[in-house]
Amino acid sequence: MFKHLAASIRGIGHRTIEGIWQLGHATRFFLLVLLKSGTSFRRFGLVIRELYYVGVLSLIIIVVSGLFVGMVLGLQGYETLQKYGSESAVGTLVALSLVRELGPVVAALLFASRAGSAITAEIGLMKATEQLAAMGMMAVDPVARVVAPRFWAGVISMPFLAAIFSVMGVFGGYLVTVTFIGVDAGSFWSQMQSNVDFRIDILNGFIKSCFFGVAVTAIAVFEGYDSPPTAEGVSGATTRTVVTSSLAILGLDFILTAFMFRGL
Amino acid sequence: MTPEVLVEISDLNFSYNSRPILKGINMTMKRGQVIAIMGGSGSGKTTLLRLIGGEVVPSSGYVKVSGQVVHELERDALFEIRRKMGMLFQFGALFTDLSVFDNVAFQMREHTDLPESMIRDLVLMKLHAVGLRGAHHLMPAELSGGMARRVALARSIALDPMLIMYDEPFTGLDPISLGVIGSLIRRMTDTLGMTSVIVTHDVQESLKIVDYVYFIADGVIAAHGTPAEVRDSVTPFVHQFVHGEVDGPVPFHYPAQSYRRDLNLEKALV
Amino acid sequence: MQRRTLDFWVGLFVMTGIAALMFLSLKVGNLDTYGIADSYVVKGNFDNIGGLKTRAPVKSSGVVVGRVADIQFSTSTYDAIVTMNIDSRYQFPKDTFASILTAGLLGEQYIGLAAGGDEVMLKEGDTIMKTNSAMVLEEMIGRFLFDKASEDNDF
Repeated sequence: MFKHLAASIRGIGHRTIEGIWQLGHATRFFLLVLLKSGTSFRRFGLVIRELYYVGVLSLIIIVVSGLFVGMVLGLQGYETLQKYGSESAVGTLVALSLVRELGPVVAALLFASRAGSAITAEIGLMKATEQLAAMGMMAVDPVARVVAPRFWAGVISMPFLAAIFSVMGVFGGYLVTVTFIGVDAGSFWSQMQSNVDFRIDILNGFIKSCFFGVAVTAIAVFEGYDSPPTAEGVSGATTRTVVTSSLAILGLDFILTAFMFRGL
Repeated sequence: MTPEVLVEISDLNFSYNSRPILKGINMTMKRGQVIAIMGGSGSGKTTLLRLIGGEVVPSSGYVKVSGQVVHELERDALFEIRRKMGMLFQFGALFTDLSVFDNVAFQMREHTDLPESMIRDLVLMKLHAVGLRGAHHLMPAELSGGMARRVALARSIALDPMLIMYDEPFTGLDPISLGVIGSLIRRMTDTLGMTSVIVTHDVQESLKIVDYVYFIADGVIAAHGTPAEVRDSVTPFVHQFVHGEVDGPVPFHYPAQSYRRDLNLEKALV
Repeated sequence: MQRRTLDFWVGLFVMTGIAALMFLSLKVGNLDTYGIADSYVVKGNFDNIGGLKTRAPVKSSGVVVGRVADIQFSTSTYDAIVTMNIDSRYQFPKDTFASILTAGLLGEQYIGLAAGGDEVMLKEGDTIMKTNSAMVLEEMIGRFLFDKASEDNDF
């Protein structure tokens, strides 16, 4: 009995130490990426290439999801608000939900599963097929040449994707409530404009998406670079990227929201 | 003129997680030579290449490449000396997102300021040397295993290195490709005046092209000599290895307690 | 992928992203009506602000002319000091009347400014003297019931 207890306590301790060790490992790698980012900016072509794969190829899923999320928000918001006779506030509801929360968060979740997993798989495969080692033997630092451009492409793409998501959402909400249901277009926009604040809502949403971009891509490149160089290793790392970054997005969102909107 | 020594390995020890991998290795490799390092799987051959390339640091002893101790070099000096080394990985390790042309041009673009027109000429020359000039526009996924290995070879000689290391260059190739790679290694070593180090367990093919052979077993050099000496060797290990015998100094059976006991036949006797 | 096509798509992506941010800032948000524009600060003391919050609009004749920047409680006068940022384009006479109003029955509260007739205009840091507190629903209902009761007693 006592032996059993000791073993499970040891297990918890072991996992804690392992976790902290891994966290330190990841932080060191993150700092290393930042340190070696010089090449990415001196040869911006490398980042542009990755921007295509990370940003442009994520556009479709972002645009379509944003549109649908906005349409659902419009329908649900209208259903509830019209009970209180304030259906003209539906624009406010759609815009605030999107700009503050859904835009940055849902776009980041989609980004993690579309681009984050692709980054992990690509770097992991390059490691498994010894491409990274080959690069190192050619006196080219793989962190500077492969990891850093992908990292910066992700960081740059995320705020744009979140903004596009929000705009598509507002458009979707407009489509459903104004075009289909018949809410007055003037009050849709004016209510929205008088209640959405540039600094508190839009700027904070933008800052959120920047944080998410850093978190998702940092996790993605770390998992890829750290993955065991086998087929199972790479697939495991890809799964971990999606799971870890989704949790990181939601946790980070709570912390950021607490800081940003505490006074309201 | 005696050929100068390019790589000198002295009393080299390497442990991984306090498990000794290499124990007291001594080797010399001269310019213009093709040297084979042979041994069973997991005998530390690849580790030796990584030590020469400075990817890992030895526990004791040193590797000298053209007079410099590799593991004592600063990062920049290490990268400087790596530019003079080429490495051919087991399956080529071509960059899958770049075309054949861009793969060969990779180092030239990273390390030199050559104009694009000159890079084009140089790349086509390197590809011509391995017979794949016509394939320069293909992507690595479109190549066969042997072709990929040849492109990787062209890539590793892109900057005319003085030392090329080959990690299992013959693995998984059909006999024709195998012969092509073998003769390419020999020819390039001779024409470019460099040193080639081949890690392999393909005895027959490598004995045809190499100047000197080292056998590594259990982390030590079990035997060494010229191909002729190796073929006629009476050392049991070398004999077993060269002739591919099933049992010998390297046993067929993984260490275990006696067969009879495992099958519970000895119980009655106890 | 050709370098030129790549550049084209990435350029398009970045432009779309910037356009989306602009749209959010200008069309969805209110960057054009508040924030960047010059403003001056005016204060007002209210006995009761009801549910007024910072960022609530300041309106005159229904037009948004500013925003509530800060709400403090004064321990010297025991009332609320509301600080407002008013757009510099709009000048108000010194005897302007500020009252806390409600948009609709349950809507949000805002400050309504009714211009007076004074020649002197409000300046940066001035205090509005004439204020009217928020209508508090409980008080109104209480007063209504009280009046009703006294009416009944007349008979």
